[in-house]
Amino acid sequence: MFDFILKGIFRDRSRFLFPIIIISAGVSLMVFFLSFMDGYIESMIRQNARFETGHVKIVTKAYNELISQKPYDLGFLDNQEELDVWKTEYPQFDWAERITFGAILDKADSLGNSLSQGQVMGFALDLIGGDLEIRNLRLKETMAKGRLPLAPGEILLSDRTFEAMQLQLGDSLMLLGSTADGSMAFAQVVIIGTVVFGYEALDRGGIIMDLEDARSFLDMPGGSAEVLGFLRSDSYNDKEIKKLTTAFNDKYSTEDEYSPLMLSLSDQNGLGYILWITDFTFLMMSLVFILILGIVLWNSGLMSGIRRYGEFGIRLAIGEEKKHIYRSLILESLCIGTIGSLIGLLLGFIFSYPLSIWGLDMSQYGKTSTMVFENVIRTKLSIGIFITSFIPGICASLLGTALAGTAIYKRQTSQLFKELEQ
Amino acid sequence: MEDKLVVISKMSKAFPTGEGDFLALKNINLSFAKGEFSGIVGPSGSGKTTMLNIIGSLDSQTEGEVKVMGYEIKELSSKQAADLRSRHLGFIFQTYNLLPVYTVYENVEFPLLLLSMSKEERHKAVMQALEWLGLTDKIKSRPAQLSGGQCQRVAIARAMVKQPGLVLADEPTANLDTENSLHILDMMKKLNQELGTSFIFSTHDQKVIDYLRRVIRLVDGEVVSDDTKAR
Repeated sequence: MFDFILKGIFRDRSRFLFPIIIISAGVSLMVFFLSFMDGYIESMIRQNARFETGHVKIVTKAYNELISQKPYDLGFLDNQEELDVWKTEYPQFDWAERITFGAILDKADSLGNSLSQGQVMGFALDLIGGDLEIRNLRLKETMAKGRLPLAPGEILLSDRTFEAMQLQLGDSLMLLGSTADGSMAFAQVVIIGTVVFGYEALDRGGIIMDLEDARSFLDMPGGSAEVLGFLRSDSYNDKEIKKLTTAFNDKYSTEDEYSPLMLSLSDQNGLGYILWITDFTFLMMSLVFILILGIVLWNSGLMSGIRRYGEFGIRLAIGEEKKHIYRSLILESLCIGTIGSLIGLLLGFIFSYPLSIWGLDMSQYGKTSTMVFENVIRTKLSIGIFITSFIPGICASLLGTALAGTAIYKRQTSQLFKELEQ
Repeated sequence: MEDKLVVISKMSKAFPTGEGDFLALKNINLSFAKGEFSGIVGPSGSGKTTMLNIIGSLDSQTEGEVKVMGYEIKELSSKQAADLRSRHLGFIFQTYNLLPVYTVYENVEFPLLLLSMSKEERHKAVMQALEWLGLTDKIKSRPAQLSGGQCQRVAIARAMVKQPGLVLADEPTANLDTENSLHILDMMKKLNQELGTSFIFSTHDQKVIDYLRRVIRLVDGEVVSDDTKAR
């Protein structure tokens, strides 16, 4: 019987062509949009990770209590031995220490009188020991003037502040702040380059300095405020990371307020909610897709069903039951849904693959590159995307046919039979 | 009683309309024996097709009894009615009603797919039916490639392939010219004689009426005459 149904489908173009076109178009669009959304979300995760949260972040419990204030005085002091242990224990991450602090930048004349001053937010990271943080903050791409720091005492300043304070590259300025234990802190720094952060608060007064300079300035030898872990694979799986953070905290977190606490990316900055919203949006898109396509296919199924009343009539006369005919229609729709969805997946792949390799360059829509946002957005193709698109394609086909097929049940057997003669 | 395929007693059929019920068949009393070659004749609207539908278990009577092969039509569930049709009844229609996307072979094979038969058994039965109707050279043709007469022969082969006890033929020659009509009628008569299959026609075609051994005249839903010709 299955052979018989298959032959019927493929020999009657009107029975399969329209539904297959609709399903394959829908599925291919779904693959494209989902892969684009997934790519965008991954880009957002990556941006957040490299700029702010890491894929995981280790802080002290006390620091975590006031994390929005970035209280570096509650950070780690001389924790290099612990860090070495974590590096060995979690080799899937690249680790980077950071300190964020507030300070005043003062430009003085030759007599030491202030010419201009500005409040700044300092970002301290390892600029000289390696290029991990240079890549994380895309410093090479976002530099507006000058060069990267190569020696102690050299800093980068936000390009807007640099212009506002009418500075010159090479200017030597005084940085004033407070140490981790509350004493006054002074450091002489040289402006060696400027950057565009792409984040208002930092563009109004952000500086980037080497971690060792900051440790010296803030009197935090061997210490750091935050230890960020970046996945080497760059593929973030929240469930896996949550397991890992739980295991870490069970092992290392104690009653001591300065004991380490590992946070996942989704624990920070409301990203958990964003990830949940993303999953929810994917689900809603699938349901809307099923509904819209189901309605279209219902309509098409009704038209096709009306055209096939004669066939149903003769099949009833020959001895098929209505429910058997209904089941055969469902089987037909399953075949059509499967074929349409497979074609859709192929087309979706063809549309999305080039964008996953070369991406969509968004820099043309902005004046310049920024540190926060990536210029190129890529689609992300995965087995999950294919499954999420494939299943609704079949469900829509089944739904459309199931709804259209009810017309057979509503019709009297003798009425279907009478239509044979019309 | 055992040789009666169909027994109808005090049967009426009413259809609801906006102005009350319309009585399509009134107090019908008839019986059809095995091997009959009979017909219900009458003008359009006389109730011929309604009666065939009831005998064929596609519809049921409003009142009275209709027993087909011993089964009371009104008491059959839809599954039992479908089972009766698939095993014991064959249908032939005025417009052939072949499935256009299937070949002649597949059209004739279709009723057997509903029965538990192996592929070999189906092949044997289909080829035999096509041989009876002289269609073995057309097995791969589609209905659109056949003449009207050939299409009706395929329809007869489809009705006969499972060797049913009773074939119901609703205006089977209405769309055929005289030559094809006579050819078709010859074939059905031959099948009736050789296989013992009973035929009940619904017709107002004089050519068909001339072939019938028993003619039941229906006017406005009532049997007005029931004549059997001498053999």
